[in-house]
Amino acid sequence: MKEKEEKKEILEGLKVVDFGWAVAAPAICWYLAAHGATVVRVESSTRPDVYRVSAPYKDRKPGLNRGGFFAYPNVNKLSITLNLNLPQGIEIAKKIVTWSDVVVDNFRVGPMEKWGLGYEDLKKIKPGIIMLRTTNQGLTGPHNAHPGWGWQLVGLSGISNLSGWPDREPLSFGMPYTDVIAPRFGVAALMAALVYRNKTGKGQLIDLSQLETAIQFIAPAMLHYFVNNEEGKRIGNSSPYAVPHGVFRCKGEDRWCAISVFTDEEWQGFCEVIGNPVWVEDQKFRLLLDRKKNEEELNRLIEGWTIQHTAEEVMVLMQAAGVPAGVVKNGKDVFEDPQLNQRDYFWTLDHSEMGPFAHLGQPFRLSETPAKPRLPAPCLGEHSEYVCTKLLGMSDKEFVELLAMGTFE
Amino acid sequence: MVKIETSRCSIEYRILMPGDWDMLKNFRVLDLTSEEGLLCGKILADLGADVIKVERPGGDSARNRGPFYKNMPDPEKSLFWYALNANKRGITLNIESSDGREIVKKLIQHADCVVESFPVGYMKNIGLDYPSIKKINIKIIMTSISPFGQEGPYRDYRASDIVCMAMGGFLYLCGDPDRPPVGISLPHAYFFAGGDAAAATMIAYYHREQTGEGQWIDISIQQSVALTSFNSVPWWELSQVIQKRMAPFRLAGPHGGLVLRQTWPCKDGFINFIMGSGVFGAKTNRLLTEWMDKEAMAPEFMKKMDWNKLDATTMTQEFVREFDEYAGRFFLSHTMEELYEGAIRRGMQLYPVSNCRALAESPQLRDRGFWEEVDHPELGSTITYPGAWVRMSEAKCNIRRRAPLIGEHNQEVYKGELGLSDEELGILKEAGVI
Repeated sequence: MKEKEEKKEILEGLKVVDFGWAVAAPAICWYLAAHGATVVRVESSTRPDVYRVSAPYKDRKPGLNRGGFFAYPNVNKLSITLNLNLPQGIEIAKKIVTWSDVVVDNFRVGPMEKWGLGYEDLKKIKPGIIMLRTTNQGLTGPHNAHPGWGWQLVGLSGISNLSGWPDREPLSFGMPYTDVIAPRFGVAALMAALVYRNKTGKGQLIDLSQLETAIQFIAPAMLHYFVNNEEGKRIGNSSPYAVPHGVFRCKGEDRWCAISVFTDEEWQGFCEVIGNPVWVEDQKFRLLLDRKKNEEELNRLIEGWTIQHTAEEVMVLMQAAGVPAGVVKNGKDVFEDPQLNQRDYFWTLDHSEMGPFAHLGQPFRLSETPAKPRLPAPCLGEHSEYVCTKLLGMSDKEFVELLAMGTFE
Repeated sequence: MVKIETSRCSIEYRILMPGDWDMLKNFRVLDLTSEEGLLCGKILADLGADVIKVERPGGDSARNRGPFYKNMPDPEKSLFWYALNANKRGITLNIESSDGREIVKKLIQHADCVVESFPVGYMKNIGLDYPSIKKINIKIIMTSISPFGQEGPYRDYRASDIVCMAMGGFLYLCGDPDRPPVGISLPHAYFFAGGDAAAATMIAYYHREQTGEGQWIDISIQQSVALTSFNSVPWWELSQVIQKRMAPFRLAGPHGGLVLRQTWPCKDGFINFIMGSGVFGAKTNRLLTEWMDKEAMAPEFMKKMDWNKLDATTMTQEFVREFDEYAGRFFLSHTMEELYEGAIRRGMQLYPVSNCRALAESPQLRDRGFWEEVDHPELGSTITYPGAWVRMSEAKCNIRRRAPLIGEHNQEVYKGELGLSDEELGILKEAGVI
């Protein structure tokens, strides 16, 4: 797909205020910013985003503008710091809302209302506003204000219980998993609301419960429970209908390759790749039903072969024989992945404190209006002046006065 | 309008009536996907789009995915299928046959979007690639989902869900250190891609409404999964640290030098609790200590602790170990429900590791009316579904119809919309086209 540089970006002109924190709301705005929307992140310097104060830091030196977790998904955004405990801070927040088309936040129920920035307030300030609020468990209900992280919601959502080994405890995840589920649903709903607004002039409130989106990811298991009164089982890396199917140890330290064999052709290809050892002819492994019965033994025999090869070799050999296989990539492997790099997945931009830094790219490409890197992740409050004077049309004098009052802290 | 008042906010909702699925009412999607992309059409259908699932004659292979209704393996009884195809209509069509291709082209004339998840190059081989269908309908949006995208050195690689989870960097982060990396017992790589496909399609639709221009969307499942690497890639890029799997713990501290427990056993199951440092954890840690103290289970060092001063940069693993010993003992003396209920009452960050039953009985989900009874007349029963994943004040996103049976809407679409006669339908049926 050819890029057309001269074109306007797809969401150019769309104005978004991101009152986000950590991942869920900032990730929704990340999709929009990447596609050309002007996204203003409203931050606080007295209580900076948890990801601004989390390692890893550039050169291992802690600093609000040196954290990788923050910088990675906040590409193309502007940052203003506001002290929302001051009335003039709230005034400016309201001015930004008046400027905007869309407001996104992931505060738990309470703070936005306290500042007079709930939906009922916003629609008075800006008729037609679309406000997307994503909370752990939704805006209503007895648990609507219960605090928590995506690291924890994965337990509540039922996903942990359906992940991991059958003989071990439910899986703890290596990242805040539900935070990367909700945004995709959120963007779909938000864009639909924008189309609707353009047709009718009507804005709306979008209440996106991260729990309720996460449960969509276990919907088949929920139906199984309701219909058959059975809990889903943790099945490790196996598949109910494919053998071999799993993750196999390869040469080197902690190197693994995932292999899955679904059809007879794939099984034949697989056997050829591993050199047709005598045991593949064994009655125990001839048919799928046999292999399923003797899966553990089969996996051990396979590992006897994979351990002699690097994970990359296993993948390439298997793929050449038409067998689905892939290296279990760690952070370094993903960063260096030839496919991702060939597709310009990472967006390397010169960050004022971090230097050249590869920001997170988009999961998809639109042929006519592809997403484009424009700005590195903002330093804390980097655009306070720009937002006030250029976007809101404030005079320099007015800005300086507000600055002296501690408004931008 | 109905007003919902809670202790902390009030929200007004328009009273929505059946027929209020009008947000995407005129947006028609032809869903040619299988397992890899079914969620895309589901999300669009939930938002009100008219999604027609096009299956090969005899039914899509995803109908073979379990679990099944009353555990009876049958393409009309796949619960996996039900869950991912509710709100869609369904027709059968062999798009590889000449007649089938002509029919699909007619359908494309009246569609806004085609979603497909065939191997790269397949659509071109049967004359239905983007340049070809654009000639039929200049405004069409084509959303293509493939394991590694339409271009690049891996574009022809074969994949399964576990392979995509591996290649996107998710799998490596999960599991116990003494075993291989391990994943989720459901195809989440495909769900991630389906979610992104819906998001991308809506972005393209917004653009089309303003400019009349369609597009071809290239979704890489690997890239959809790679969002889960948003911690592990910066760890490498900035600190040359390779983030490892460490269930039931997580990496913490200024340079990743600390491990904190995430999943804890309790009396009848597991809970999720993370000892946060500084302002992020102070309140929860203090409340836990008070609760433990009330039951004479808090050690002196916890009672004396000024939790606001617990600093991630100076906290030692020794401290964490001691904390874990006492907190762990406390959790073991209570049930999941006691702990969650107590946490909610106190405003502590602690969550149960729910199973399906706990979710089915959750007062929160019940209060929100999340579960929906969906009629399945051919089974003579109703089935409870997870309902709307979003509440929108101007639109209803509930389930309005169950997933289609095989070819259920052939008559409606082929006769009613394309104007084929009974005789023509008979011929096409016998020829295996529909």
